[in-house]
Parts: sequence; C-alpha cells; structure tokens
Amino acid sequence: MTATLVEIRDAIRSRRTGAREWVEQAIAAIERLEPQLRALVSYDADRARKLAREVDERIARSQEVGPLAGAPLLVKDNICTRFGPTTCASKILENFQAPYDAHVVERLEAAGAIILGKTNLDEFAMGGSTENSAMGPTRNPWALDRVPGGSSGGSAAAVAAGMVPAALGSDTGGSIRQPASFCGITGLKPTYGRVSRYGLVAYGSSLDQIGPFARNVRDAALLLEIIAGHDSRDSTSVNSPVPRYTAALDTPLDGVRIGYAEEYFGEGLDPEVRQAVEAALDVYRSAGATVVPIHLPHTKYCIACYYLVATAEASSNLARYDGVHYGHRTAAPEDYIDVYCASRQEGFGPEVRRRIMLGTYALSSGYYDAYYLKALKVRTLIKQDFEQAFGQVDVIACPTAPTPPWVIGEKINDPLAMYLMDVYTVSANLAGIPGISIPCGFSGAGLPIGLQLLGPHFAEERLLRIAHEYQRHTDWHTRAPQIAAG
Amino acid sequence: MDRSKLKIRPIIGMEIHVQLATKTKLFCACPIEFGAPPNSRVCPVCLGMPGVLPVLNRTAYEHAVRTAIALKCEIARFTKWDRKSYYYPDLPKNYQISQYDLPLGFDGAFDVPVDDAAVSNAPADGAPADGEPEGGRPTDGGSASGRPESGVAAGLRTGRSPRKTSGTESTGYRRVGIIRAHLEEDAGKNLHEKPGITQVDLNRTGTPLLEIVTEPDLASADEAYNFCVELQRLVTYLGASEASMQKGQMRFEPNVNVAIEYDGREYRTPIAEVKNLNSFKAVRDAIRYEIERQVSEWMADPDYVINKRPKENRGWDDVRGVTEFQRGKEEAHDYRYFPDPDLVPVEVDDAWIESMKDSVGELPLERQARMSSEYGLSSADAATILADRATADLFEEAAEAGHPPTLGKQFISFWSAHANARNTTIAGLGIDAARLGELSKITADGLVNATAAAIIAEKMLSSSDTPTAIAQREGLIQTRDEGQVQAWVEEAFTKNEKAVQDALANPKKQQQARGFLTGQVMKISGGKADPKVVGKLIEEKLAKLSQDL
Ligand SMILES: [Zn+2]
Repeated sequence: MTATLVEIRDAIRSRRTGAREWVEQAIAAIERLEPQLRALVSYDADRARKLAREVDERIARSQEVGPLAGAPLLVKDNICTRFGPTTCASKILENFQAPYDAHVVERLEAAGAIILGKTNLDEFAMGGSTENSAMGPTRNPWALDRVPGGSSGGSAAAVAAGMVPAALGSDTGGSIRQPASFCGITGLKPTYGRVSRYGLVAYGSSLDQIGPFARNVRDAALLLEIIAGHDSRDSTSVNSPVPRYTAALDTPLDGVRIGYAEEYFGEGLDPEVRQAVEAALDVYRSAGATVVPIHLPHTKYCIACYYLVATAEASSNLARYDGVHYGHRTAAPEDYIDVYCASRQEGFGPEVRRRIMLGTYALSSGYYDAYYLKALKVRTLIKQDFEQAFGQVDVIACPTAPTPPWVIGEKINDPLAMYLMDVYTVSANLAGIPGISIPCGFSGAGLPIGLQLLGPHFAEERLLRIAHEYQRHTDWHTRAPQIAAG
Repeated sequence: MDRSKLKIRPIIGMEIHVQLATKTKLFCACPIEFGAPPNSRVCPVCLGMPGVLPVLNRTAYEHAVRTAIALKCEIARFTKWDRKSYYYPDLPKNYQISQYDLPLGFDGAFDVPVDDAAVSNAPADGAPADGEPEGGRPTDGGSASGRPESGVAAGLRTGRSPRKTSGTESTGYRRVGIIRAHLEEDAGKNLHEKPGITQVDLNRTGTPLLEIVTEPDLASADEAYNFCVELQRLVTYLGASEASMQKGQMRFEPNVNVAIEYDGREYRTPIAEVKNLNSFKAVRDAIRYEIERQVSEWMADPDYVINKRPKENRGWDDVRGVTEFQRGKEEAHDYRYFPDPDLVPVEVDDAWIESMKDSVGELPLERQARMSSEYGLSSADAATILADRATADLFEEAAEAGHPPTLGKQFISFWSAHANARNTTIAGLGIDAARLGELSKITADGLVNATAAAIIAEKMLSSSDTPTAIAQREGLIQTRDEGQVQAWVEEAFTKNEKAVQDALANPKKQQQARGFLTGQVMKISGGKADPKVVGKLIEEKLAKLSQDL
C-alpha cells in the first residue's frame, strides 16, 4: 500500500474506494510482510473488517463520519487499548489486557480510524533498535539484516513497508524521530504536553510524548490534529487551542531562519549523514531561507542528563510491575519478597533491568544530589540553550541520528555505544520542544538518512510548514523500499 | 534506686493521619465508601494500572489547607508532589504520592485545654514526632537541595518562629507546635482472613490523608488525649473530616520519651514511636504504658538513654495493654523520594489563601469563648451548641431576634432532644432561625411559659406557623388574669386536701407539697397560668388558711 492517509481519506469519502478495501489491502500487506519484518506484536483482522464495514455502511447511508473514517492505522504496543493485549514487548505484561483505551486511541477511533493492531518496540520503550523486545527484533524494510531504529521500530517499519499509511509511536529520547530516520519516513515528536499521555505506559514521565509516523508531513499534520489537545486526565497536558496544522501547510514561508549548531555536526557523525544534511540545508537556502550559525553549548551533557532523568523516572514507573496485582508472577515464590524479586527478574529483559538499576541508584540516599538533582539543573541549562537559540532562528536543523541503521546485533553488547546514538534526539525531550524527522537522502548502501528540525514549544505549525516546504522541493519521502512493492 | 526520688517529665509529640471528607479519592474519581465490598471502589488509576495518571482532587487540597490554617500554619505558596517508594502488596504502584520537603502547611500551633495542675513549661528540645534521635536527625535541609541524607519525610521543618514556641499560652491551655501538615494518599489493606493466604483490598487506596506532625510539646498522656480530642473537634467543625474512629478516619502515632531528673542530673530515654493507634483511649493508655516502661528500663539499665539506643517503633496490644517492639523501618528503608513528574506543582496566591482563611472563620475555642460571653451561656452549653458548625451558625442567627440565654436553654433541652430522637443535629431539624428566635423571645417575655414552649416546639416540627400563632391556636398564651388564676388555685386546693394539709402543717413535706400544688394549678390551666402569678396566689392562700387555723 503506497497511498497516503489523505488519499485514503479522500477516496473513502468520495466513495471511490471503500474502507473495507483499504483495510483488506492493509491486512494483505501485513500477512505478506510480517513474517519477514516482525513489526507487530498483535493484530486483529476480524475487528478491523467489522469496523470498516460500519464505516462503509455509514457512508452509504450518507451519515456523518470522522475525519479519518476508514483509515487503517497501527499503534505502538505501549499504548493501552481495550482490544488485544498491551504488552510493551515485555514478558512481564505478556498477557496484560488493559481495561481502558488511551486518550489517543479514543481520539483516533472517534475520528473513524481503524486500528488494526499493535506494533513492536524495545521493551517498555527502552532502546533505539527494537532489539530489546521480548517478542524478538523488528527488521528494517530497507535492509532486512538491519535495525529499524527504536524504540518505536515496529510502527516505523510498518509504515515504511506499506502495511499502513500511518502509525503512532512514543518518543522519550528520540523513539519516534530516530526510527523515522532509519526507515525513511516522517516522524514527529510534539511539544511535551501537546498530546495527552493518558494510556501511554510510562517510561520517563517528564519526557514521554506520543506522536505520528507517516509517509509525508501532510499526513503527520493530519494525525497530530486528531490526537493533540487538552485531556483533563493528564495533569501535564496543556490547555491551549490546537491549530489546523494541515490548513497552514501550503502557506508560503518568507525569510525563514534556520539555525545551524556546530555541536550537532561534531565527532561521531557519519560523513554520508553529514553530507545529506548539509545538502538539505542547501535546499532550504535555494528556497529562500537563511542558515544562521547558533550555539547549544550544553549539548555535550545531554546524553548523561537524559540517562539520569529517564532511568530515575523509569525505576519508579516500573515499580508497579511486581507480580502482585497483574502481569507475570513467578511460579513458586518462597515468600512475598520473592514474589517481587523473582517475578521482576523473570519478567524484565536485561536492558530494562539495567535502566531500573541505574535509576534506583541515582535516586538513592546519598547519591540523589550528585546525580538526579544535578541532572535536573543541567536540564534547565539545556532548556535555556534552546530558548536563546530560538530568539535568533525559527527552527534548528541537524541530523536525526549520527549514522544510518546498523546491523542487528552489532551493538547489542555495547549499551554505551547504543546510548550515544541518541545524541541528537534526547535534547528535544529534555527541553520539551517539538522535533520532526524527515527523509533527506540515502547512504551509498541505500540506507535512509533523516533530517531533524527542532522548534520552540508549541511551534508545531511552523515546524510542519518548514518540513513540508522541504518535501515540496524533494522527493525522498516518496521513495519506498523494494519490499513494499511486493 | 528509689523510684520516688526521680523527677519524671514525659516528652510527647504526635503524628496524626486524618482522612479528609471528600466524596472521591485524592487522585481519581472513585467514590470513598467505608465498608463497600472489597475492590469494588477502584479504577485503573487507583489500581496503578499501566499508563494511568493521577489528577489532584481540589477539594482535598482545600480541606487540607483550611485545616492547616486552623492550626495556625504558614501556607505554602508553592508545593509539589513527591513519590515515596517502598514495596508492599497494599500499595499498587509501589510508591505513595506524598509531599516531602515542601508541605502545604508548616510552623503552626494548636492550643489544647489542659488540666491546670498539669501545665508547665514544655521543653523545646525533645524529639518531634517521627524525628530522629538527636545527632541522627536529618538536618534542616541537609544540603542545598533541601533533601536530607535520611529518607524520613517528617521532621524537616524545624525552624519555627519564636512567637510560636511551646509553653503555656494562658492558664488552662497548652500550646502545641505544629511542625508540618501535608497531604498524601492512603494505601489499601492487606486482609488475612483465610489461613495462609493474604488478600488485598484496594478500596482505601488513594483516600486523601492529611498528615500532621507536632513538636514534642505535650507533657502527659492526658494532654495527648486532650490534644487528639480537640483535633477531632476541630476537623469535624471545619467539615474537613468526618473523623470517625470506628472507620479508621483518624490514626495516631505518639512519639514518646522521658526526661528523668535524678541526683541533680537529667537523663533522657530513647524515643519510641507507637504505631497506628485508633482511639483516644489507646493513645492515653499506650503513652502511660510507655512512660512507665521507659522509666523502668532506665532504672534497670543506665545505658537506656537517647544517644546510646536507636529510636524504636512499637505496636500497641489493646487486649494486653502493652506496647511491643517492632522492627525499625527507618534503618531498613530508603524511600528514594523524588518529585512526581505526573503531577504539576500547586501554586496558590495570597488572594486564594485569604479566601481559605475567610472560609475557616472563627475557630471553635475562640467562638466558644465569645458565644458564652456574648450570649450569657455557660462554657459547657456553648461547647454543646458548637459541636456542629451549622447548629452554631443557626444559634447565632436565631439569637439576633431572640433572647439568647433562653434560646441557649431551649437548644440544650428540647431542641437537642428532638435532634437526637431524629438522629440529626439541631440545624438538621430544618427550623428557620426566625422561628427559633421568636420562641425564645415569647418565652422570655412571659407570653408563654417553659412548659408551653416545649409543647410549641413539638408543634413547630410539623408546622411552618410562627410560635406565636401556634400558641394562640393551642391556647397556650399565659394567663395573668389573677381572677382566673385564683379560680384554678381554688380548684386545686379543693381537689388536693392532703397536699394542702402537708403544705400547712408538715414541715418535712412543706416544700414538696407546694411544688405539687403549683403543678396541679398549671395542669388545670392547661399550661396557660403564669407560674409567677400562681406562686404568689398559692402563698397568699396558704397564709390565709394558716391564719384561719
Ligand atoms: Zn480510582
């Protein structure tokens, strides 16, 4: 399936192609591709067919339908749904059935979208390759021996391979933008507080944000319009109006100032990635934008800061998975302490255990000031870096990831090397600002490269317009991997 | 060592958990209901399901702040929520949402009536409730961050302003310093009803609790008892809590140690915290027991002193009347407090705090004093009327148009009897202030007598007529016509010759017989005779009869 969300929507509304046909196309693509990609944790074809039939019937009777009526979508399996399990790709939630729908699921379904199933991820969204999944790794549609990025690798691979036109992921330190970059699609992390986290299984609560994957900026804007907005069930959700992002996309931009921070082009950046991103800046220059040098001096502390804040919050957020109330419980505990210890030991994978231990340590008596508290102070400085930068420029352009996707297993035994891959993405989460990754080229080996654009708080409209401007001048986003063609 | 040569001074601080009177839980919309079937008042949020988020119940925050204001606390302009981590089956998230270093209220004081003889200057250097022994106690702040090395929540706020230091404020009252008051969520309950199996009921999970920590300003078990009683009275008066002991809505944890003066030196026993007491009596008995136990232990072992022994937790055995050692939790736990990222800080401005102060208004003790002097009520009667705020408000409104001392008598006698019979308060009877006032006024003015007033009151419960209209309709207006009253007196004398004889000639029964005759006249008159006129005419009649003898 190569149609975009907007095309599918228009075809269904104008009764050219029914919802049922699109859903069947998606099911066929999933059936064909899933054995190779392993992008999904679960999916329910019967439910999707039933929902599609309902949409078609409503349209046949000329009844009102939502703005996404009949569009087949997937959501990451750390987003709670009443249908199917919500596993977070963890053994500890293997059979967990959520008793409620996440806010974004309610919004999508109210808009008429058909959620086919749930996509694979690094366990509890901890990772950047989707290798840390208890369900096994997802493969990159552009090169099956390579990672799709992570943690939302399942959603990215599914969209890139044409299973569905769009999907939702979550981004705590780059988990939407980096897999979008690795899979050659568009991925947006909204401002913290723009989309309700209610029903998103928490990893790092002050960093987590749900956002869309799509084949182009217009579809991402459409999805954001649906899922953004205030939700009283999330105290950190911000009550400010949601612009019609799609309506603003085609308004031409004059005199755009794009920030170029040399801190994002330093050591460790792959030359091919650098070249592709520099070329993207030239595209903007020739479209009339100015590239302005800026500084983000605290960039070098971002990784350390992120891994302290995220793991500290994770150690507390994941305390509830204890085998007592739900989820995996050890078979023959010696006593109630053993219920906790053995259930958690058996239920969590190695990367999750590592991060829980890191975070527990950072919050422990005697270490709190040196680690967690210091990280919070650095976080403030990182925020200030961006505030100053956005006084001079409209957006900041940089690579999404320092390299193209690597081979599965290549870094699995070197967690630090893996953490360093988040160098360009974590700062947006620490500062709470929106960021988008759009395709900007390919490596010599044919692997996708992503351009990241960062904007000020709640400047999604501007960010999407500038990203869309790039897609008006280039066609990288229209390329699909071989596997998608069938 | 001779026990009688020791001068013993108990040092007692209290830590109290008060369940706030909200309809729903602190961070979700589940109803709070005592005695509901296990796990029937729960939702994904209070069950700690994956992906859920807490949302603050504003009413709980208001109740907490109003109580803190009534305890003369400073109110924080900025507070936040912290997670306190520990693993226990009744705590589904394995952390409790609480307030760690920025409690919503701090540096307060609460005046407790105490037995005059017991009042003395309390020491200011004992252990606050849930504080640490001297030397091992978290420093105020501990570091630039305000986070101490120890994971003890309470006892951080120690910098009280001098004007509120403990001691005797005025004779008959003990001023108890309030270190802090903060809001937190309750845990569920582990049920051990079946052998070998522990079950968990999460209905109580997420119930709002106000935790109040006092300075160690109480000097006896009786003072602690009074403190708890007065605190219960305060929170119910404020409507902040139902404060039912039976429902476990108030739980007390006294911190007790003893200063022993012997041979010109002072020794202090280690602090014991008695956990989870559910009644005033248990508070008093446990403290009494602790004082004696600590003195005995010190007499048996001179090393039983504060800097040589750790603080200990003890449980109270109500049946055997003893406290028992419990494994210390402080040394075992690191609660890893950190700010809850799911909740936004609470920021309030002066205008909001003022509005809360206005809603608190006059406090029970102040109001009791004012009402007894303003309306000529006894202190006890004022206290009875004040047991419930709406009734006190109703009284004051009725007093404006009525006769306050008479109104007071009527509140204490028939109005409270009617309220009790209907299992409600006087305010709950639904009689408006104007009618209540009018009844007191016509009684005081002599338009009706006390007997008639009681009859009118009963009629008022089922009629919306004014007391005067009822009195007229029922023929209860007092008769001062002496000719008419004379006729009733004559009738009573004729019908009760024995009593007349007693009144005239039997010195032992004289008084009783006169009372009886008065009653008979009142009865014959149908309650309409003015008792003063009746008394006067009976005296005249008896005098005449004795002359005739
Ligand atoms: Zn609930």
